[in-house]
Amino acid sequence: MRTVTDGVVTGLAILATGIVVVPLIAIFVYLIYKGASSLNLAFFTKVPAPVGETGGGMANAILGSAMVLALASAIGVPIGIGGGIFLAEFGRGTKLAAAIRFTADVLNGVPSIVMGLAAYSLIVVPMKHFSGYAGGVALGFMMIPTVCRTSEEMLLMVPHAIREAALGLGVPNWRSVLSITVKTASPGIITGCMLAFARVAGETAPLVFTALGNQFWSTDLNQPIAALPLQIYVYALSPYDDWHRLAWAGSLVLIILIVFAVSLVRFVTSRGVLKGAS
Amino acid sequence: MGVGIEVINLNAWYGTNHTLQDINLNIPANHATALIGPSGCGKSTFVRCINRMHETNPIGRVTGTIRIGEIDVYKDAKPVEIRRRVGMVFQRPNPFPTMSIYDNVAAGLKLNGYANRRALDEIVEKSLKNSALWDEVKDDLKKKSGASLSGGQQQRLCIARALAVDPEVLLMDEPASALDPVSTSKIEDLIFQLKSQYTIVIVTHNMQQAARVAEKTGFFLNGRMVEFDSTHKIFTNPSDKRTEDYITGRFG
Repeated sequence: MRTVTDGVVTGLAILATGIVVVPLIAIFVYLIYKGASSLNLAFFTKVPAPVGETGGGMANAILGSAMVLALASAIGVPIGIGGGIFLAEFGRGTKLAAAIRFTADVLNGVPSIVMGLAAYSLIVVPMKHFSGYAGGVALGFMMIPTVCRTSEEMLLMVPHAIREAALGLGVPNWRSVLSITVKTASPGIITGCMLAFARVAGETAPLVFTALGNQFWSTDLNQPIAALPLQIYVYALSPYDDWHRLAWAGSLVLIILIVFAVSLVRFVTSRGVLKGAS
Repeated sequence: MGVGIEVINLNAWYGTNHTLQDINLNIPANHATALIGPSGCGKSTFVRCINRMHETNPIGRVTGTIRIGEIDVYKDAKPVEIRRRVGMVFQRPNPFPTMSIYDNVAAGLKLNGYANRRALDEIVEKSLKNSALWDEVKDDLKKKSGASLSGGQQQRLCIARALAVDPEVLLMDEPASALDPVSTSKIEDLIFQLKSQYTIVIVTHNMQQAARVAEKTGFFLNGRMVEFDSTHKIFTNPSDKRTEDYITGRFG
């Protein structure tokens, strides 16, 4: 009887894993099937072709996405981690911390288009034009609550004994927090940042009325700028088959770039980790 | 060199719980002093008052006087300064998991801004030799993580880490209770060697251990110190009935 139960539970676990993994693989395979054929050098080097002409690429959108995401990370990661450190280490048990935690949770559930609206009214309206800055701020705001809450959770998982060890050596509390607690929790904190990054990298809605999109080569964050999700959105809704194919290729590239960026960060941050460290 | 510790009318609370009541004793310099007593009697709280770790708990509170040598722990110095003079070894080995063996030992100095590399190398070697760990780890000081060592090695690493900041007093809160008998006897040998240089206070549940390593023993019960005397007297001819009951195993 026990082996039967064991078999059933193991089977259910495998089934659940399959249900999780299958759509992921299916989407990826389908993307490769639909998009890979349209991938060529021009896709990475050329800007979109005018309506009616064939060919063209998404070089501007790839660059635009990279710039907007860099700005978003520059805003979301430090503020998010700083907030997480405050919640876990300095504000524990205070009303301020409870308020921040609640706000972050609510913010996490706010639809992404509302974030775009906020950036629109905060930046686009005063500046009187759409810009890459507004897009970066919208995505950065979206990253903050995720990064903040995961950082807090990861810091709280650091054993109390480790903090005591540092304090017991006569290390001031702030130093112990930065050099011991945060360092010990850093693999988890980095994972949180990567999750937040990957999530906003594919966001379209917050960019619609902030970064707006751009059919031309532009490196100016102060001007409307192209982004892969926006470009995919526009192309996918267009009536042209050629653009549909480019949208498929763009989706594939977007996923590959996200995987690449996440792997790169993991690789860079995992070097120097010692043998036997948990 | 170690210095003596003088405790006068020490009281400590956790919230409304009066964990230590009117403790008075003199801990001699360069000797090992054992504190015994049943769980929850206040031994750990007592050693945590000596290096001001008790107050890191938000509901911890202390009154009374502790002098380490000439220094009044609660009047003359900041907690971080006291903790540099008073090393602490905890019940469970707690090396910093992200650091190498070398960095674990050097942590106390490095995190306080000490950057002389050659001197650090020497201090790390000396501390690891003093904690009888050098021969086992000298080949992978910077290659292996402190967390990759065995439990007994980790505890000796923690002792080396405490010694590296050159304290005068070494507090050990049940340092061997999570270790196997072989590791335990290594720690005890170590305490024997170290007490010529440091004043050692060791909390233990193991009465044989107290008898083996300590010249003086204090018996704690329900937040009070019942008896404090030479270890020999405590274990052979205690003056208090409660001490006798405890060491003969009639309760606790």
